Order: sequence, then C-alpha cells, then structure tokens
Amino acid sequence: MGLTTIDWVIMAVYFAFVLGIGAALKRYMKTSADFFLAGRSIPAWVCGLAFISANLGAQEVIGMGASGAKYGILTSHFYWIGAIPAMVFVGIFMMPFYYGSRARSVPEYLRLRFDEKTRGLNAVSFAIMTIFSSGISMYAMAKLIQTLHFLDAPFRALGLPQAWIFHTGIIVSALVVLTYIYLGGLTSAIYNEVLQFFLIVAGFIPLVWLGLKNVGGWQGLKATLGPSYVHSWVGMSNPHTNRLGVEWFGLAMGLGFVLSFGYWCTDFLVVQRAMAANSMAAARRTPLIAAVPKMLFPFLVILPGLIAIALPTQAPPIINGPQGSSVSAPAGQGLIPAKLDATTGQPVLDNNGHPQLDYDLAVPNLLLHYFPTGILGLGLTALLASFMSGMAGNVTAFNTVWTHDIYEPYIHPGAGDAHYLMMGKLATIFGIALSVAGAYLATRFNNIMDMLQLVFAFVNAPLFATFLLGMFWKRATGHGAFTGLLSGTFAAAVHHGLTLSEGAIPGIKGGWLAVIHNYPSEMAQNFWTAIFAWTTCFVVTILVSLVTRAPEESRLVGLVYSMTERPSEGNISWYKRPIYLGAMILTATVLLNLVFR
Amino acid sequence: MGLDIRLPIGMLFTIFGIMLIAFGVFSNPSLYVQSLGININLNWGVVLLIFGAIMLFLGARSMFFSPRPPETPNAEGREPRH
Repeated sequence: MGLTTIDWVIMAVYFAFVLGIGAALKRYMKTSADFFLAGRSIPAWVCGLAFISANLGAQEVIGMGASGAKYGILTSHFYWIGAIPAMVFVGIFMMPFYYGSRARSVPEYLRLRFDEKTRGLNAVSFAIMTIFSSGISMYAMAKLIQTLHFLDAPFRALGLPQAWIFHTGIIVSALVVLTYIYLGGLTSAIYNEVLQFFLIVAGFIPLVWLGLKNVGGWQGLKATLGPSYVHSWVGMSNPHTNRLGVEWFGLAMGLGFVLSFGYWCTDFLVVQRAMAANSMAAARRTPLIAAVPKMLFPFLVILPGLIAIALPTQAPPIINGPQGSSVSAPAGQGLIPAKLDATTGQPVLDNNGHPQLDYDLAVPNLLLHYFPTGILGLGLTALLASFMSGMAGNVTAFNTVWTHDIYEPYIHPGAGDAHYLMMGKLATIFGIALSVAGAYLATRFNNIMDMLQLVFAFVNAPLFATFLLGMFWKRATGHGAFTGLLSGTFAAAVHHGLTLSEGAIPGIKGGWLAVIHNYPSEMAQNFWTAIFAWTTCFVVTILVSLVTRAPEESRLVGLVYSMTERPSEGNISWYKRPIYLGAMILTATVLLNLVFR
Repeated sequence: MGLDIRLPIGMLFTIFGIMLIAFGVFSNPSLYVQSLGININLNWGVVLLIFGAIMLFLGARSMFFSPRPPETPNAEGREPRH
C-alpha cells in the first residue's frame, strides 16, 4: 500500500491538533473538579458528541462493519433497539439523579444511594475493566497498523526491524493519549472526542458514498445480497430464520433491555460525559443530542460491511496472514478474505468445511479499495482517531474512579484538593502504563482477553437492575443491592457454564459445568445470560431489601424518584425539553425500524 | 472552559479542505480510477472546507462578538455536597 507525502502530512496535522488542544487547556486545570469533571462547564452539544464518541472506538468502527458483513442490516438492532431507547431513558429519567446528586462518578452515586460496600464493588470492577478495555483498544490499533502495512516502507528506509511496528503503534498511541489527558483532563478528552467524531464522519461518508454508487445503491445491495441481509425484522420470529440466530424476545429483552440499558445508563465511561455538562438541563439533553447522530450511524459503520461483501469477489488489498510467509490471497467473498491460521497460514474452516471469513478486514479493505492517496490519509487518520477516542474514554473514567472511589475513601482520605488533582494526573500515567501491559498480555495469551471480557460481561449484566431499583424504589437497601449484584454475576456465570451455542466446544464459549441447553447462536447465548443475570439481581435485591432495615427517607432526597422534585423546565423552550426531544427521537427510531423491517 | 472547541475543529477542517483541494487539482487523473473516476480529493476537499469555514465562523462569533454569559454552573443554586 502506498502512502504519499500528503497522507503523512494529514496525519501529522491531526496529531498536532490533538496535542495542541491538550496544551491550550493546561492553564484551566486548577482544581480536581476542572480535571475530573471539566469544571461542569461544557455545553450540551459538546457533551452529546463526546457521549457517543467515547464509545466510538475500534469495536464500533471495525466491529460494526464486520457485523454488517456477517449479519447484514440486522446489525442495526444494536442501535435501533439497543442504544437509542437506552439513551432516551438515561436522559429523561436517570440524569436528574446522577447530575442532581452532585456525585462525581457512578460508584459515588451508589455510595450515596446504598452504602460503601456496593460502591467499592462497583468501583474496583469498573477500574479493572477500563484498564483492560483500553489495553484491548491499543492492541487492536497496533495490530491494524501492522496489517495495513503502511509503516513497512518508512521502517525499511530507516533500517528498523519490521517487528517494531507493533511496539511503535502501542507506544505512540499511549503517549499521545497520555499527553493530552495529563495536560487537559476530562475537558481535553471531551474536546478531542468531538474532533474525533467529526473526523470519523468526514472519513466514512465518502467511503459509503463511493461504495453505494458502485454497488447500485440500496436496491443494488438488495439484489446482490438477497433478503436475509437487508431486512432487520423479517425472520425474527424464529432463531433459525435470521442471520443473528436469535428470536425477537431474546433480542428485545437481552440486547434491547438488559445489555443496552446496562451499558448506556450505568457505565461511567459514557455517563461521565453528561456529568461534565454546564447545567442540569444540559446534562439531560446530552444523551438525547447524542441519540440523533447515533441513530444514523448504522449508515456510516454498518453499510461499509454490506458493501464489502456485496462487491464481486476479488483479491483484497490486505490479508491477515502469519508474518513473513508468502500466502497467496485465499478465496473469500467480496473484498473480505478467508481467515488464515496465525501459525500455519492455512484457511480456518468452520464445522461444514467452508473457509471462515476475516470479517474484521471489511472496513480496512474497503478503505484501501476506494480511496486514492490524499483522502486515504484522511480515512486512516479517522481510523486512528476512533481507536484513540475509545482509549481516552477509558483512561478518563479510570483516573476519576481510581481517585474518587478507591484512593480517596480507602487509601488516603482527608487530603486537600491539590493532592487529589495530583493523584488524578498520576493515575492517568499508571492507568496508561497498565493498559500497555494489558495490550502485551493480549499478544501473549489471546484467551486471557476472551476470558476477561467474559467476566466483565458477568459483572455488567445485572447492574441495570440495581440502578433501576435504586432510583425508582425507595425501599431498596444497601444489603439488597450488594447481594443482588453478587447473585446476578453468579447467575450469569452459572448460566454460561450450563449452556453452549450450536457447534461450539465446551470451555471459554460456555458449557464448562455441564451442557443442559443448546442455543442456536453465541449471540442468543449472550443475550440469555444477560437476561438471567438481570432477573436474578432484580429478584434477590427486592427479597433482601424487604428483610433488611429500610433506609431513612431523609437520606434519599435527590437520589430516588419519589423523593425528588422534578427538575423545573419553566424557562426552557419546548424543543429543548427532554420529554419532547425523547419522543421525537423514539418516533424516528420506530420509523427506521419500519423502513428497514 | 475558555476555549471554544469550534475554533480548532474549524481550523483543522479548513486546513484539510485546502490540502485536499490543492492535491486534487494538481494530481494525476489516473489516480482516480479506483474511486470510480471521481476526483474524490477535490470534491470532498470542497465539502471539508465549507464545513471548516462554518465552524470557524460560529466559533469566532461566539468568542468575539457576544458577551460571555455569567457563570452559573449550579442551575439549582445548590452547593455541592463535597
């Protein structure tokens, strides 16, 4: 792949701006509230774009394209039944408590509402999770740089070994993110996320435009790929008649309710962006403003996958083979190559003996296929930007939770503000250092990462039940919440240990206790694991709450729905009111579901 | 925070727009066989330049022409608990 001077200049200019924003914000970082909460001074639209951009990491840009190629437009369920309703809910119903309680983090809200142990549990599991997520993002980015081969020529020219490309990717991305967060804290992360948002949009619109023009638009995709790729609801009555292998109930409850609400409503990574808003009204508008572009993202990130698989089969620009071996491009489909074994270089076959496809290469290959030098620099910069925003979101969430929810209460309470500000900056450094360690762990033990993600899924699945009961049922107690969370996580693990998806081997994919049920797909298994975890947590929290002493009502003002005055909206014009905004967004989402049914 | 984010966004996209337009005008047309014969650098450069200019205009207007609103971070007028 040939990058020319203009591509390198575009990348360099972008990195200069990223670091420049951090440097420009340095002088505003005077207190810990400036550093961790952006001084609660950011306008709603900026918080809104950061809200989705923090989540717009590698998983979304590369992963949604890959899912688009694999499952077709059904991938849109992650948006139109998953993210959007949850974002509307958090804006209208939950933000008044997060923002109104003046908690500085989600775990801190749990301490105010429940007790210390519930907060500790959430803080520690969340902190570990952010470190590894940021490490995974770093690993994926370095791996992609390696696969794209765009550093090969400069490294050869400098006489550096090719093996260093991976290390360079890790170190450079770590240093860039470290610098701008260290200098400008959450403000810097949010501002850069907004910049990254526009860059990703600017890099992907021309890609989708050229691709659609080439395949004959949506009608062309329909004709080439057939109905199973272009309908999101047809065939959802039975798991065997749609590409996801899930039936509508598992989809709506597992993905739409438990997993999406669990992520968008309780994950501090995104909620922190709204907490930085300059007023209660702005905080409530943050997820609603975010929902508008989010609703349209399927066209930007899923369509490239469909286009890549719909093109006539040809040798793709890049394949992911073992290093140093000369493998002739294996037959794939469209622009997507067959998956190659990392050591032997032979195509990996599925149970039926067909070669598996390397879906993760859908978007990178499409980019290289259509973009000539010049705009190629812009497209690659957009990819790098998405990886960095995913990392930075985790890092700012980590330094806040570490400082406010672990260091301050358990290690060094009662110090002055300047001390905690310094600790936040230190946490940024060692948080990133630990992420780098996580990235290298991923290169050594691929399964460790799979296992960690599985454990995170177990920990996260029940969370939304705890928050729902905490915010809307004043009788819920700290003992109830804590036991509920632990039993929910336990239920998730047991369910996963007792079930397996069709064709999988017992082990990391489930069934490690015994196999008493087979799901038609791994996705169905994941969704049902979440449903079991949520239900267990919900029921156990209620039962334990009823037998433990009720919390004093005076403590719950501003934390529970029935004990809190509704935020006044008297002076806000109607189109800015959360309830109308939410209704408009939900109507539009229903329409999108109908159009692409 | 004292920096209006629209200014850096506007600057970055203006620079990208100008770079892509200039490159698109002077580059060899054979380059665009892969982008379906469309000079995508020139075309998209124009879009980026327009977007960048709008952002610069909006950012500059709020920075220089309107008085800064009084700082009222606590909409409810309540003191933080911490």
